[in-house]
Amino acid sequence: MDQIILQILNGLDKGSAYALIALGLTLIFGTLGVVNFAHGALFMIGAFCAVTLSRILSLSHVVLDETKKDFLGKPLKVEVPYANDWFGPELGGAIIDWAVPLSILFAIPVMILIGVIMERGLIKHFYKRPHADQILVTFGLAIVLQEIIKYYFGANQIPTPAPEAFVGSFDFGALIGLDSGKVIYPYWRILYFCFAMLLIGLVFAFLQFTTFGMVVRAGMADRETVGMLGINIDRRFTIMFGIAAAVAGLAGVMYTPINPPNYHMGMDFLVISFVVVVVGGMGSLPGAVLAGLLLGILESFASVREVIEFLPGINQVVIYLAAIVILLTRPRGLMGRKGVMED
Amino acid sequence: MVTTNLTRRGVIQTGAAAGAGLALPTILTAGSHAGFTNAPTGSTVTLGFNVPQTGAYADEGADELRAYELAVEHLNGGGDGGMLSTFSSKSLNGTGILGKKVEYVTGDTQTKPDAARASARSMIEKDGAIMITGGSSSGVAVAVQSLCQEAGIIFMAGLTHSNDTTGKDKKANGFRHFFNSYMSGAALAPILASNYGTDRKAYHLTADYNWGYTTEEAVRTSTEAMGWETVAAVKTPLAQTDFSSYIAPVLGSGADVLVLNHYGGNMVNSLTSAVQFGLRAAEANGKNFEIVVPLYSRLMAKGAGKNVAGIFGSTNWHWSLENVAGSKYAGSNAFVQSFGTKYGFPPSQAAHTVYCQTLLYADAVQRAGSFNPCAVAEALEGFEFDGLGNGPTVYRAADHQCIKDVLVVKGKENPENDFDLLEIVDVTPAEAVTYDPAIFGGDLGSCNPGA
Amino acid sequence: MFGLEKRDANLLIAVGALVLLAPIFLNPFPEGSALAQFNAGYPDLMQRFVIFGIFAIGFNILFGLTGYLSFGHAAFLGAGSYAGVWMLKLLTINVIPAIVISTLVAGVFALIIGFISLRRSGIYFSILTLAFAQMSFALAASVLTPITGGETGLQTALDDPRILDAANESRNIPAPSLFGLHMNDSAQLAVGDWLWTFNVGYYVAGIVMLAAFYVAIRIFRSPFGMMLRAIKSNQQRLNYTGLNTRPYMLACFVISGMYAGLAGGLMVSMDPLAGAERMQWTASGEVVLMTILGGVGTLIGPVLGAGLIKYFENIFSKINDNLLHQWFSFLPQGLEDFVVTIIHPFIGKGWHLTLGLMFMAVIIFLPGGLVELGQRASKLFKKRNPPQTGGQKEPAE
Repeated sequence: MDQIILQILNGLDKGSAYALIALGLTLIFGTLGVVNFAHGALFMIGAFCAVTLSRILSLSHVVLDETKKDFLGKPLKVEVPYANDWFGPELGGAIIDWAVPLSILFAIPVMILIGVIMERGLIKHFYKRPHADQILVTFGLAIVLQEIIKYYFGANQIPTPAPEAFVGSFDFGALIGLDSGKVIYPYWRILYFCFAMLLIGLVFAFLQFTTFGMVVRAGMADRETVGMLGINIDRRFTIMFGIAAAVAGLAGVMYTPINPPNYHMGMDFLVISFVVVVVGGMGSLPGAVLAGLLLGILESFASVREVIEFLPGINQVVIYLAAIVILLTRPRGLMGRKGVMED
Repeated sequence: MVTTNLTRRGVIQTGAAAGAGLALPTILTAGSHAGFTNAPTGSTVTLGFNVPQTGAYADEGADELRAYELAVEHLNGGGDGGMLSTFSSKSLNGTGILGKKVEYVTGDTQTKPDAARASARSMIEKDGAIMITGGSSSGVAVAVQSLCQEAGIIFMAGLTHSNDTTGKDKKANGFRHFFNSYMSGAALAPILASNYGTDRKAYHLTADYNWGYTTEEAVRTSTEAMGWETVAAVKTPLAQTDFSSYIAPVLGSGADVLVLNHYGGNMVNSLTSAVQFGLRAAEANGKNFEIVVPLYSRLMAKGAGKNVAGIFGSTNWHWSLENVAGSKYAGSNAFVQSFGTKYGFPPSQAAHTVYCQTLLYADAVQRAGSFNPCAVAEALEGFEFDGLGNGPTVYRAADHQCIKDVLVVKGKENPENDFDLLEIVDVTPAEAVTYDPAIFGGDLGSCNPGA
Repeated sequence: MFGLEKRDANLLIAVGALVLLAPIFLNPFPEGSALAQFNAGYPDLMQRFVIFGIFAIGFNILFGLTGYLSFGHAAFLGAGSYAGVWMLKLLTINVIPAIVISTLVAGVFALIIGFISLRRSGIYFSILTLAFAQMSFALAASVLTPITGGETGLQTALDDPRILDAANESRNIPAPSLFGLHMNDSAQLAVGDWLWTFNVGYYVAGIVMLAAFYVAIRIFRSPFGMMLRAIKSNQQRLNYTGLNTRPYMLACFVISGMYAGLAGGLMVSMDPLAGAERMQWTASGEVVLMTILGGVGTLIGPVLGAGLIKYFENIFSKINDNLLHQWFSFLPQGLEDFVVTIIHPFIGKGWHLTLGLMFMAVIIFLPGGLVELGQRASKLFKKRNPPQTGGQKEPAE
């Protein structure tokens, strides 16, 4: 029982990352009709927003410590962050410690800006081009973005820990009335899941309850008619692209304490999030979220020891196997509409 | 008309001479070469440095390249000479190799066997490289080693830790200075026993590919031999990035030690998850829960950040070795000095092993008096040396594996900077990690000079 | 000629001439000169050009004619490679069985995957093929290690049975050969400062490529090819006329898969190692890129695209700062350093960046790929000089 709860919990938290990326992909596809292979790169750039901010906050000057020697036998260089000088070691340290949560504020404007520039500068010219061309140009863009990050940050992973208060784990089982010590789960991962749900909720509420969202939904259903009504739908779609980029970016920011980011992390998520989008049904936002969470849970259960012993290699292929089964039994994914991307 | 593996440099010379005289096409046939692939005929000799420059190990590759450049500089008599001054063999004199100036070409393995072979072939066929060296994974090392065997080129392996490289896939033209999974297991076991006791239950997470298998096998055998019990061993996909679903059940399994048979990004992520799940702080069976990482590298330690604190593992070499363990490991400081002065930070173990490999190759050529791969191989086989930072070492003839002391390290609790992440716990002497070369099977075959 | 129209026959002859003379014109720079680094005329790269050309031609038969975008084509290349190495290990070191069997095995593999995947179209088809390929890759790299050699790859060994060959007396693994002619044998010709290498393996692969190219032309021009084009333009209408398009699609998919298997078989014949990463999605993506870069649906485009990508991968990744300094050593010191600093991010470890920028540039400015570039150039040429026909303007291939 506790194993099952543990894996469901794990699947939800893994799946929420898939869901966030897939949600952004579907937003872009649903509004602009563009297959964006650079979406993984946006996730990665979000993560590097956190890295950048934590570097900015811990900008340091060097103090020579004559009492210690470095590896060449010279006086040891100790780096003292400016934050410590200005705010004192206590407050300064706390600011550096909270770099990742602070990055959320930093990442939102940056990611929206990047999204808007991408759409206006590049994607706009590809609305009328075949999907294959869109894939190629966004894939090229993804490589370029990735290489730029690699050039500045290197290929190695960069540890970006959560604030001290969220490090470690707690007894989740005891909270829901199970035996204590059985279901132990890290704070940050629970937080990630809650954050993802909040973000998804916000996006849905935005689309559902605001006039802006209503127009966007109308545009998704029938772009031309909305245009004919005198509404500047292009501008709104551009903003939606920015929002989708921000969603991916925030998913990346919050992901950094879970796994240290490197320049390649976007590509690792790209294929899986496409599978998620398609399994959910092209163009369906609830489908993307549902499929993300379901595949996350499935992946978690497939990695249980007893399952692997019974079916060796199942943990390697379960997502793809699920995708095949779902697409063969439900032709347009879980919640897809007819006629989307079938030619 | 058709000749096997014509030596390129020989051809250029002859071709140029003939061309200058007659400006007529010259078709070259067998007999115009020196009896082995890419025999250098001019005043220079070209080495091929094949390292990962893209992909997850690119930083490790970059560090290897730095060490290669340093080695070339020292071979040509530049810089402070580095370990040339401490190396027990004195045949190298700073005038290149056999009087020929050392030049080099570089390539990108992409950490993929296919791409690595393409890059190595291009160095051999296009640039006339006489020796190929480098790499940062066993898959690549095994693939390039067999290519060099076919082409008649010496291969000096870079960072490769799988038993297979000098075990079941060993080749007469291939040599490895780095240690392997077996040695890691043998070196770690006694130190784990003395620190954690002999009554322990281990849970293995193993990367699902060849290196993972050999490492799990090695650590299991040697820890079980001293009384540990293996509760479970679970294979994790190589492409996995989030290990939480593998880590989550560990605490409830009855184990009190987690062994992470992972390397690179796998290890960084699985260790980070393990610490997140509170394994470091947990207790099981009335003991502190412990985590072990069989193969450590500084770049991984850097990626995992604070999570490595207090975690045991093994490594081939560490820059603080001579300071900690004394002058038996002479050469370490000389190398650190010369590398640190040039690049501003201490070298990694990958940099150290490839620097040694370059020097060892050059020295073997010098002693053999020929670039012929068979002569070089003969000079390396059974070669005993010292002063390259690992203490007295022997290049074993039976499997072309260096036998030397192995370092057991642990993550520092309070590192002073980005490079000071590991501290040496103990050094396991070479005798304790030596094994019978026959146990892994395989066959060296005979050396192939090409041509 | 050859049962082809004059235009196609001319194209075939032109490609034949290119393949035959490639060792000469791919080495345009004299040996030892500063630009010799850009020479592509060495056996390994030339072999890759033609082998990936075959792969891309096959992919184009599927994608170019029917518009079905398979994102898992590398699985067939991988399956063919494994089958090929097993033939070299078990049967004989002669490459013919390896090439034939790998083509057949890939065909069977394609039949199974195609039968299932072709139940869906559009992106759903792409994802199904992707899923199959990723499963093949993941399993080949892990649980199937006894058959595939795992992540290290499958290679020939000293103790392989090779039942058709005479016992191996030497202590060296035999090199793949065609009736005693070793694939890695070369003859070299030096003219002045130039050096040309004529490699047996390259010509074997080249002849196979020409045959594959010929078959592709025939398919493009056949009623079968017309049917496939009809599927691309409107599959529904075809269905309404009472025609079952499935058998045509499946046949096309299998043919395309066999091309990939043939490429895999040739690859291991030139270099007897098959690695799992050949099946990864990035490898499938690569052939898509080759085809689109060259020109989708054109005959010659995919070959050019394959050449361009392989050229970048092999030449640009090998340029290092050391070489740059040599090239620009004629400049004053400060300027030299400046130029090297500017170029540095794009070469060596930055070759991916150059590749990404090139993808974007080609797709933005040349939607029809390299073939469009050729057409534009030849138009320009024709205007000025009417009777001449413009040649390919691609220095890379």
